[in-house]
Amino acid sequence: MSDHETTPIPRRGFMRAAARAACALGIGGGAAYLVAPRTPGERVWQIDPEKCIACGNCATYCVLRESAVKCVHSFAMCGYCELCTGFFNPSPNDLTTAAENVLCPTGAIVRRFVEDPYFEYTIDQNLCIGCGKCVKGCKMFGNGSLYLQVIHDRCLNCNQCSIAAACPSEAWVRVPAARPHLWKKVT
Amino acid sequence: MRFPIVPTLALVAILSGGRAAAEQRFPPPDFSPGYSLPVTEAQGAPARADARGYIDAAVLAGALALASYLALGRRSRRGLVLLGLGSLAYFGFYRHGCICPVGAVQNVVLAITDPGYALPLTAALFFALPLLFTLFFGRAFCAAVCPLGAVQDVVLASPVAVPGWLARALGLVPFVYLGAAVLLVATGSTFLICRYDPFVGFFRLSAGLDLTIYGAALLIIGVFVGRPYCRFLCPYGALLGLVSRLSWRRVTITPAECVRCRLCEDACPFGAITTPSPETPPARRAGKTALAVTLLALPLLMGLGALAGRALSPAFAHTHATIRLAERVWLEEAGEVEGTTDQSDAFRATGLALDDLYLAAGALRARFDTGTTILGVFAGLAAGATLLRVSLRRTRRDYEADPALCLACGRCYRYCPVETDRGKRHRKPREAAP
Repeated sequence: MSDHETTPIPRRGFMRAAARAACALGIGGGAAYLVAPRTPGERVWQIDPEKCIACGNCATYCVLRESAVKCVHSFAMCGYCELCTGFFNPSPNDLTTAAENVLCPTGAIVRRFVEDPYFEYTIDQNLCIGCGKCVKGCKMFGNGSLYLQVIHDRCLNCNQCSIAAACPSEAWVRVPAARPHLWKKVT
Repeated sequence: MRFPIVPTLALVAILSGGRAAAEQRFPPPDFSPGYSLPVTEAQGAPARADARGYIDAAVLAGALALASYLALGRRSRRGLVLLGLGSLAYFGFYRHGCICPVGAVQNVVLAITDPGYALPLTAALFFALPLLFTLFFGRAFCAAVCPLGAVQDVVLASPVAVPGWLARALGLVPFVYLGAAVLLVATGSTFLICRYDPFVGFFRLSAGLDLTIYGAALLIIGVFVGRPYCRFLCPYGALLGLVSRLSWRRVTITPAECVRCRLCEDACPFGAITTPSPETPPARRAGKTALAVTLLALPLLMGLGALAGRALSPAFAHTHATIRLAERVWLEEAGEVEGTTDQSDAFRATGLALDDLYLAAGALRARFDTGTTILGVFAGLAAGATLLRVSLRRTRRDYEADPALCLACGRCYRYCPVETDRGKRHRKPREAAP
């Protein structure tokens, strides 16, 4: 017991212990400081639909084989057009759901007659690959009610999103995890 | 029956002015009663569950504690191997290698440089926990928790020794890599470490061709050279190496007193075992001269680094999307290139002024000039520090694990006769007990 009092602490050991304590405080305190003062909390990736140009990178650059980005539909904005430019390719032979007439490469958009002359377009997310072909069509000639969003039960929330790195229009932003979507609203 | 679609579309396009943003060109219809608007698919989905990140952090803390115990307390190579495989399965293949402490460095830098970014608690824990554990127990994280390390440890079949001078020179690369990663985060370019992570593509089975080749090459090299990524690239390893010099407890080759039997001399595939100093020390004067020369060379190295860094500034600047865009737009405006890219189209669609883009790019370039110069000085400093370490002599009596280089893998334990002997003695009394 009394050994401790009589034996002087070696200088080298003391210096190391002091440096170690300083390091521990620095790392722990620094991390705590960076976390604590900012309450908005965790961020997740999302696409700003106003900036998105539907270039198609979302379908190919995601680290998931089937992209975490999918098309969503803001029905309140939709014109329910018979000739939907998000659904039909620019010069369809016929306004039918035959494959040669439609834009969507996977047939993920379901066209349903509501009442004359309106048609409802819903998206089967299991089929959507997030290529944005319909988004481009809808934005060019329609109301822009179709747009791309990151679907968060699929997204891995990678530290550096591969799609964000490839996005030509800087549409990828980090948003608070509590409100992880950027919904389009009727203007 | 064909519809005159194309003229109609053209007319619509002209009327709507082409690129006006999200306006109601077609008023939403008034439906007869009985139709209700469907709900957008994802709108019903709950906000993202964050619990998984905290579970990961808890698993990380548990694995670190276990690895430290296995490396220092239990001294069990087998335990470390099993834990490493477990980490590879969990952090690597199950959690797809993200978020990892190596990449979390960048989140911390981003939180410092970008006030708009909140450092997630998970990222903070992933950054700090391995450093803190290393500070107290050595690099047990590298031994059995890091999935990138584990995948290389698995393939290491026939290690060859890397010459000391080469290992020291290559050991500088992690510091430069770390500095470059910090620079690119601070300028808002990219997360370099994540983008060029060699193994995460294997974990996700989604790597592009370039990264597959890079990762496969590292694994093939890794069959002969122990853990090439950890030793000669990993930027987080550079930090861990610095911190582990101060560690409170660390791996010792022998559990008791070294008998200098030389049996462990070739045991370490990472070249982390330091040999005792020669019996007859070299002339004191020669050592002093070497030290003086190195000290004088230090500012020279830093100056050279600054010049080299400044010269590389344009190359670094090119990683920034805004600078690339400004260059492209400038070339397009000058008529030096034909056509447009997605990027330049998107920029023009925003209607922002060209001059603003050029100004922004100019300001960024200036930041890169400063940043790369600092990076160069830092690289020079790292090189100087390595030289200094070589020229400083310390008398060592025993075979020891170099604290900075030792990855706590436990391979050397079974080479030590003291260890084997202790193992026997530990077991014997129990058997002999009546």
